[in-house]
Amino acid sequence: METRASLVDTLAQTSLFADLSRPELEAVAHEFDEEAFAEGQRVLRQGLSGSSLYVILDGAAVVRRDDEEIARLGRGDFFGEISILTEGPPTSDIVAEGVLHCLVIPRPDVERFLLERPRVMLRMLRAEANRLRGMLEWQS
Amino acid sequence: MAVVELPFPPGAYGVVVVGSGPAGLQAAYELRRRGVDHAVLSADEAPGGMFRTLPIFERLISWTKPEAPYAHGSREYELYDHNSLVADEERCQACMASLMDRTYDVPSRAEMEAGLARFAELAGLRVRYGCRWEATRNDGEGFVLETSDGEYRCRAVVFAVGVTTPWTAPIPGLEHAAHYVDVRRADEYDGRSVFIVGKRNSAFEVANSLLPWARRIVLASPRAIRTDVLGHSPLRTRYLQPLDEHVRGGFGTSIVDASVERIERNADGFRVHTRGTSWDGPLVFDCDDVIAATGFRAPLQDLTRLGVTTVADERIPAQTAFWESVSVPGIYFAGNATLGSPGLRKQGLSSNSGSVNGFRYNARVLVRHLAEKHFDVAPPRPLVEPDQLVSFLLRELATAPELWIQKGYLCRIVNLAADGLRDDGILPLQIFVDEPGPDACAIAVEMAADGTIYPAVYLRARNRVAEHPLSPHPLHDYETEEHRRALSELVDPLLGST
Repeated sequence: METRASLVDTLAQTSLFADLSRPELEAVAHEFDEEAFAEGQRVLRQGLSGSSLYVILDGAAVVRRDDEEIARLGRGDFFGEISILTEGPPTSDIVAEGVLHCLVIPRPDVERFLLERPRVMLRMLRAEANRLRGMLEWQS
Repeated sequence: MAVVELPFPPGAYGVVVVGSGPAGLQAAYELRRRGVDHAVLSADEAPGGMFRTLPIFERLISWTKPEAPYAHGSREYELYDHNSLVADEERCQACMASLMDRTYDVPSRAEMEAGLARFAELAGLRVRYGCRWEATRNDGEGFVLETSDGEYRCRAVVFAVGVTTPWTAPIPGLEHAAHYVDVRRADEYDGRSVFIVGKRNSAFEVANSLLPWARRIVLASPRAIRTDVLGHSPLRTRYLQPLDEHVRGGFGTSIVDASVERIERNADGFRVHTRGTSWDGPLVFDCDDVIAATGFRAPLQDLTRLGVTTVADERIPAQTAFWESVSVPGIYFAGNATLGSPGLRKQGLSSNSGSVNGFRYNARVLVRHLAEKHFDVAPPRPLVEPDQLVSFLLRELATAPELWIQKGYLCRIVNLAADGLRDDGILPLQIFVDEPGPDACAIAVEMAADGTIYPAVYLRARNRVAEHPLSPHPLHDYETEEHRRALSELVDPLLGST
């Protein structure tokens, strides 16, 4: 039997939202949808415009570019932000590995969502910096 | 003594449908039309589902316009009638149109219930009423449904059970409040101060109905109302009046962005403790009544124990593009619950599956899929003459109700088959984009973030899909020379192969 924490409790344990108060977390849970994907289902599609920002609440996903796996994502990770910030379609597929639960922040809402929550934006920036450092170290 | 024989006695069937609301009836109609062995069970005594009791204050939010440029019964008329179920035979079409008393262009609850009953009668749909689904097992080859009348076995099951079981948010003290479904007649709130927890459709429906009676109305929930979004939403017909009072500074009605922390009952009524979300600090309200307009959930009974994954605090089953449980193959959903399959969400636009206009098409596409996947009943795929392809697609883009009502979600597909171009009918756009298939084109109507509606073309070549938005038109006329030229260029490679 599936027993899961409430959506607000799950958000509270997600590092991206760690600085939000309980009422702020409730507002996020009320405003945005949770979506669950079947094993093998695509969440982001390489080259297809208009996609959203996703935060993984439970489960895992694979990043795939031109049918080659390039990374794996797990609980608390987010994806879709690069496509939104650069205003282009995603450069990779994201595919659910087992049942995957995400919070979805639709593309048109992302800018306002971040501007209204600067601490979330800072945490996102830190995560991006860490990713970039990882890539630079790997290249050197 | 007359003995009325109930249809669908317990036993083995291809598909079992549970429910006799609009989605259950639409699914039943489609299963019979495609010749799939099935049974339809309902705990109710008559057709109508939620519309036998809801909405409380008696009016829907989706239109049925008796007058339109297209004849009742035509496919194009479905765009003007969002509340009738859809059928092939003319006598079963546009059931709602003649039932409207024309006080409004949205039906009353009673009109809606009557329209569904008329459809069931005209279509001669059989339902085993008074048969309650009680438990579910997976026996390895399919499912066993235990009901009040006995056991039903089937290969696939379609739950069309609505999203109408009251859901109450986990707020301490909210159990003392009346849920939306238990709200009394409006005049019984004469002179009272009413606190409504929630700011969605049902909350505003109650607020609007109490405006002439209540002394004070407060609506509160953590999420701020976004008036820019409201303008694009069918909910506006409910929202306008209480919202209008609030934004103009009327003291009788307040709409508050606050998390409700706890509710205390006292000798005078209730004290509600809240904390702001779009502003800082606490606010305390004293009131005579608290109404929990906190929404509904699908009555999934033991399905979560069977492994059915849910979202939104177990309120909605999560589904694939063909409305199958993401975690238990063979369990399908129809009706309001198909909100659990939002589609590609391009530019944030989700499926329009929370009302009859959208989910009537979902049920039709679902049965087509079930028939082909589980029972080898292929849908007709008529040939399209190459010189007719562009005209056919432009006409669909301009008038197909499925594409217009399920924007960005349902599409029309034409495949390049061995013997020419074949019309593959209406399917979820997500299927076209994600599943392998022959070279093909699909068309959809989409909406940009700013609300602009435009036609879109998808081309699949060697299982790579490319998208091509076409120009919008102020009157949504996509049969212009410009659109013809643009589409002709796009489909040229497809035509070159025929």
